[in-house]
Amino acid sequence: MMSPAAQQSGASRPPAWPMYRALVGVGLVCGLLIVTVFVLTGPVIVRNEAAALQAAVFQVLPGAVSSRSFTLAGDDSLRPAVDGDDPQATVHAGYDAMGELLGIAIPAQGMGYQDVIRILYGYSPQREAVVGMQVLASKETPGLGDKIEKDPAFLANFRALDVALAADGQSLAQPVSVVKSGAKTSPWQIDGITGATISSKAIGNMLWHSTAYWVPRLYPLQRELARGGGEHGG
Amino acid sequence: MNDDSLWTIFLNASLVNNFVLAYFLGICPFLGVSGKLATATRMGGAVCFVMLVSSLCAFAINALLVAIDAPYLRLISYIVVIASTVQLVEMFIKKMSPALFRALGIFLPLITTNCAILGLALFQTNKGYDLLQCIVYALGAGSGFTLALILMAGIREKLELATVPDVVQGTALTLMIAGILSLAFMGFAGLGA
Amino acid sequence: MAVSDKPVTIIASDRAPSTDEFIKGLWRENPVFVQVLGMCPVLAVTNSGANALAMGLATTFVLVLSNALVSALRSFIPKQVRIATFILIIATFVTVVDYLIQAVSLDMHRALGAFISLIVVNCLILGRAEAFASKNTLGRSILDGLGMGVGFTFALLCLGGVREILGSGSLFGFALFPAGFQPWIVMILPSGGFFTLALWLLLFNRLKARKAARGVTGEAAA
Repeated sequence: MMSPAAQQSGASRPPAWPMYRALVGVGLVCGLLIVTVFVLTGPVIVRNEAAALQAAVFQVLPGAVSSRSFTLAGDDSLRPAVDGDDPQATVHAGYDAMGELLGIAIPAQGMGYQDVIRILYGYSPQREAVVGMQVLASKETPGLGDKIEKDPAFLANFRALDVALAADGQSLAQPVSVVKSGAKTSPWQIDGITGATISSKAIGNMLWHSTAYWVPRLYPLQRELARGGGEHGG
Repeated sequence: MNDDSLWTIFLNASLVNNFVLAYFLGICPFLGVSGKLATATRMGGAVCFVMLVSSLCAFAINALLVAIDAPYLRLISYIVVIASTVQLVEMFIKKMSPALFRALGIFLPLITTNCAILGLALFQTNKGYDLLQCIVYALGAGSGFTLALILMAGIREKLELATVPDVVQGTALTLMIAGILSLAFMGFAGLGA
Repeated sequence: MAVSDKPVTIIASDRAPSTDEFIKGLWRENPVFVQVLGMCPVLAVTNSGANALAMGLATTFVLVLSNALVSALRSFIPKQVRIATFILIIATFVTVVDYLIQAVSLDMHRALGAFISLIVVNCLILGRAEAFASKNTLGRSILDGLGMGVGFTFALLCLGGVREILGSGSLFGFALFPAGFQPWIVMILPSGGFFTLALWLLLFNRLKARKAARGVTGEAAA
């Protein structure tokens, strides 16, 4: 890598004009090319991303056919999400064919065995339970840790995971916790995976932290969400 | 954007997700400069330094690009700015401290197009680290790279004394050792959890 | 940055037939197995056949287009700033391919991750721009890029195929073995990449050694 400056130490300096011409010319051509491709592919990429997110929302909220995104405003009320909102602070309310609120898809992330794991889970305020979970991104060990994405017995934990609020409405009645595989006795426990203890614990921790934050805030808002949250933020 | 603790970031970058042995970044210098322990140590030092500088540059560029809303220029500006910064640093060191230049100098141009440097800049952007996290991430990645390089150089110096079949000599042997080192580093997984 | 076993000889004379520019990259000067260039993507994204193919195609795309543009502009670019210009050109095409892959398949983009952007620092591409495209005509440079790209893709597939077959018991997602097969998980872990590449290099060294022993004596086999 030789920048032009580095070579000026030579005794006979080369004429500067062709160098400027070449750098600026190539720079212009390159810039034009990049912007053209960006403008052409940008809408497609945005559409793909929205479709992927919607597919994930429908996956974790079984029966949902439409969704709307919201983010928390400063005073713990919800406003419709706009471009540029932190995706980690944006939740997606899913509605069935009749327009009834089925639940809310919430993103969460946490440190796994290898790298950060990102998940999306569905919370149903009516059932006060987690009703679905999907791993969006993980680099867990193939064949061991990546069972958190595919293992049917593990995923079955998240069809009805109890996250009911305590009487004060400020915290969960029971902590979400991961137990040894097959030792699940209560609806708020998650059966871990043998051979993927850390990865399954990571999912449990993520859910515990995320539900402890979101459930007390979202539960009181379910009636607004059922109407599509139209009263807030216009 | 990202609330990983500094200690987690450091452990992750240096051991769990070692740039060389888990991400395969910087393989070229890893294979090329790991013959002698002394060279490897200096190379490691130079990489640490360049990583820190380019991480800061990348952080500044990214802030600028976000401000003017031009994410599509990220890659091109990263590579150009990192390359020229390293060049400037090289000239600066040459002028200020000839001794340091003799120790690090010949490695600096080599490092510029090292994928680990660009990789670091891209990863820190993807992870959304703030300034302090970026610095720790760069230090972690640099020390991880140095560690891998030194380990490899130590093993290769010992191997000089062993008799090895001709066919296995060279890159193939080095890659085998790298594979075993990489397996060993798997043992660090879960540390950051 | 580039570590190659032997100096790469460039047959740039006018006598060489044009098809040779294409064919040499496939085998005789194969960028991975013979020149040992561009190791990062070779190891990082070859944990499955599909990833390897996508990476190979993306690299070929960048290689052909950057070779073409460098060759077309070769009389316009002064020697002093050539490397800076080449990097600008390469970075542009990498950005382009990055957006194209995102538009075609988000899953593929996620699987390859930052390694698409890292094509920029693939020694192979800068090496071809500097060693070949800046000295040869447009047509030959495109052929050279295509040949090297296909050779690179071929090498990636060699690694990706072996790693996926042994590591997941499938090839391009299709299961190859009966249900009882216990996959060698180590093959899709990072260390498997090192081992597989080492074995392929061993094979190539062996072939070279045999050829040298049979052919002209005294020709060192790298």
